[in-house]
Amino acid sequence: MHDMSAHAAQHHAPPTSFIRKHVFSLDHKVIGKQYYALALVAALCGMILSWFMRIHLAWTNAAIPGLQLLSKNGAPGGVMTPEYYLQLMTMHGTIMVFFVLTTAPFAAFGNFFLPIQVGAEDMPFPRFNMMSFWVTCTGFVVLMASFFTAEGPTLGGWTQYAPLNAVGPVGGPGQGVGVVLWAASIALFCVGQLLGSLNFIPTTLDLRTKGMSLMRLPLSAWAWFITSCMGLTAFAVLMPACILVILDHVAGTSFFVASNLVMNDQLLPHSGGSTLLWQHLFWFFGHPEVYIAIVPGIGIVSHILIANMRKPMLSHRVLIYSMGALAVLSYMVYGHHMFVSGMNPFSSLAFSFPTLVITIPSTIVVLIWTFSLYGSKLRINSASLFALGFISMFVSGGVSGFFLAQPSIDIMLHATYFVVGHFHLVMGVAAMFGIFGGTYFWFPKMTGRMMNETLGKIHFWFSFVGAYCIFMPFHYLGMAGNVRRYSSFPDDFLQPLIPLHRFITVAALITGAAQLVFLYNLIHSRFWGKPAPDNPWEATSLEWSTPTPPPWDNFGGKLPVVYHDPYQYGVQSSAGDYVMQASAEQVKTEHEEK
Amino acid sequence: MATTIHEPPQIDPDRLLKPRHSGNGGWRDLVPANGDLHLALDHSPPASSSAIYVVLFAITMMFAAFSSALIVRKGSSLDWQTFTLPSILYLNTLILLASSVTLEVSRRRVATFMGGLRSHAESPARWLYITFVLGLLFVAGQYVAWLQLRAQGLYLATNPSSSFFYVLTATHALHVLGGLGGLIYVIRKLSKSTLRRNALDATARYWHFMDVLWLYLLCLLWMKL
Repeated sequence: MHDMSAHAAQHHAPPTSFIRKHVFSLDHKVIGKQYYALALVAALCGMILSWFMRIHLAWTNAAIPGLQLLSKNGAPGGVMTPEYYLQLMTMHGTIMVFFVLTTAPFAAFGNFFLPIQVGAEDMPFPRFNMMSFWVTCTGFVVLMASFFTAEGPTLGGWTQYAPLNAVGPVGGPGQGVGVVLWAASIALFCVGQLLGSLNFIPTTLDLRTKGMSLMRLPLSAWAWFITSCMGLTAFAVLMPACILVILDHVAGTSFFVASNLVMNDQLLPHSGGSTLLWQHLFWFFGHPEVYIAIVPGIGIVSHILIANMRKPMLSHRVLIYSMGALAVLSYMVYGHHMFVSGMNPFSSLAFSFPTLVITIPSTIVVLIWTFSLYGSKLRINSASLFALGFISMFVSGGVSGFFLAQPSIDIMLHATYFVVGHFHLVMGVAAMFGIFGGTYFWFPKMTGRMMNETLGKIHFWFSFVGAYCIFMPFHYLGMAGNVRRYSSFPDDFLQPLIPLHRFITVAALITGAAQLVFLYNLIHSRFWGKPAPDNPWEATSLEWSTPTPPPWDNFGGKLPVVYHDPYQYGVQSSAGDYVMQASAEQVKTEHEEK
Repeated sequence: MATTIHEPPQIDPDRLLKPRHSGNGGWRDLVPANGDLHLALDHSPPASSSAIYVVLFAITMMFAAFSSALIVRKGSSLDWQTFTLPSILYLNTLILLASSVTLEVSRRRVATFMGGLRSHAESPARWLYITFVLGLLFVAGQYVAWLQLRAQGLYLATNPSSSFFYVLTATHALHVLGGLGGLIYVIRKLSKSTLRRNALDATARYWHFMDVLWLYLLCLLWMKL
């Protein structure tokens, strides 16, 4: 019998030692949990950094207790210097975008659930999968190590624009070793994610079980598949860019630093480098990265909503095609990040058009959600609330994208808080809500215990209202001309905006504290939560046909056969109003996709 | 060798020879909506056959990034100095092309060996060893090319043209070393008689791709440096 799962099993016997079970595990489920833990630690670090920044913005001269421990030079007596503000901002952005928004919804949930949802017993290359996590984890350690260098981490922003990223220590604190560590960390991260794609794509294409046609894959599996294709293209471009930056630093090459550049009264030895080159390479990765963060959320949220609406989406196919269109278009729009870079204005026009076009698949996705939700008797629980919250954030943040897509408006708003508000809502908070929704939904399957619903709902309402209190005023600040990346606002036209900044800071502190409720819920439920049944949400996809938590080979040595489309709800079967994908029961349904 | 099995596939023997039925998920086939397994056979493509294309695509993107960087960097400033490529590169090219031929020979030998069509005991590993040695020679030849450039005073940071030369050739050489690792894996598996056909095929595709990539790089360097 020519069976792919067979050789996955060959080198994947149940582990016995602690190290093999929990540390260097080959099991995709353990690796998924490891990714989740990494994202959790990273998210906590990123959130604490944002607290520091917010407090500094609202009360510029206030000493922040504990900050002087992080850096004596950067925060003498707990009051941060402008440079240190930028260093924290850079780290906040890098940690959040790479190690939280990419890691949690894609690598963590994808690793745990993709093989189960396609009906495989593991990924095809478990060793590469293990390497993928540990390389990513090393990347995180390397990045955090820059906090412990004499000058601290880099201050160039998460986009690390040239020439600042390549000039060395003369560029400011952290621009020497800090940048090298940053670039090395991101290069490692790229390797980790490429290894992830190497597993995700063949898992989806080749390891599907009998009967699992492509269109029978759940939307979450489709989202991970599309995301892994995007990651494959994007990270393979960012990695060489990072290598070139490192060479500019350590080998004296001139890829990104122009001739005759004088910085701090010092003539730099580089010649002829192109600063725009970095932006092109970075944003060719950077824009797809936004969709790498959000597309898994789209899939997860759809998956959650369907199970709670008890009916499939209006069109399974169109949702999949729209996610695919987002992925393809994401490569054609990257130049909209560069409208103010001095690029040829005609290029701006060329990038503006696809940027407006990409709103079409996004809008289709939102419309499918909205009209599917219309008239459905949605079961309200923490997972479905966060899924609704995701839609809300995605729409609110996305609408400001229409404005920013137009070069003439973007030139006004580009360097202001308007952009900060836009991307925090549409990719930051929305993706976080996707992660939270996924956590509340899949936690029972991942750990065998239920999470506390009351705490979950408290967490939701504080996060939902809090996120709007923080990020909606950003748009107003931006339109009022509040420039971003400034560490403080001296006596000028920005002074009247400080009360609003204080309001935002208070909102950020409260919203952040609400995340501690989530953390408590997560840890408490993990050990003392109510034991979870195999299928607590009465859902249909394959992850719910396995025992809770799934055995090491997912289906107990026997792969399931799939007889149905993924979302057969609203039918009459022996189980109730749904029929599971792996159930051979024949039901009459109006929802079978043709 | 299978430790896990599907539901027993009730295969209609009449249908076994009809190629249009594949099955087991995979690219094309599916169990019909009524769950009639009679229509489905049980062979999906091995995961490594699509995985190798994933790898090759990532490498393509990486070199596309380097190439576009080269073109942008050359056009953005007047400091680009051209130099003549070390002539040993052409010899290296021949060696690498030859290694592809020998690998193809060995792949066919292994196929006949594994198929048991020929009973004489010629080891199919011999051509793999030759391929391996040619691959090593290629990397050594690249190293000689770097030495020659160094003797001319062209270092990594001397000029953007030399920077790109070193970056592109070194990255390619590293990937060839990866291919040599793949060859070692194949040789080891073959000596233990546990070689799977698709592992050899994937290694061969990777190796041939290194050839094509090198030809592309050589053209790029020849035109731009």
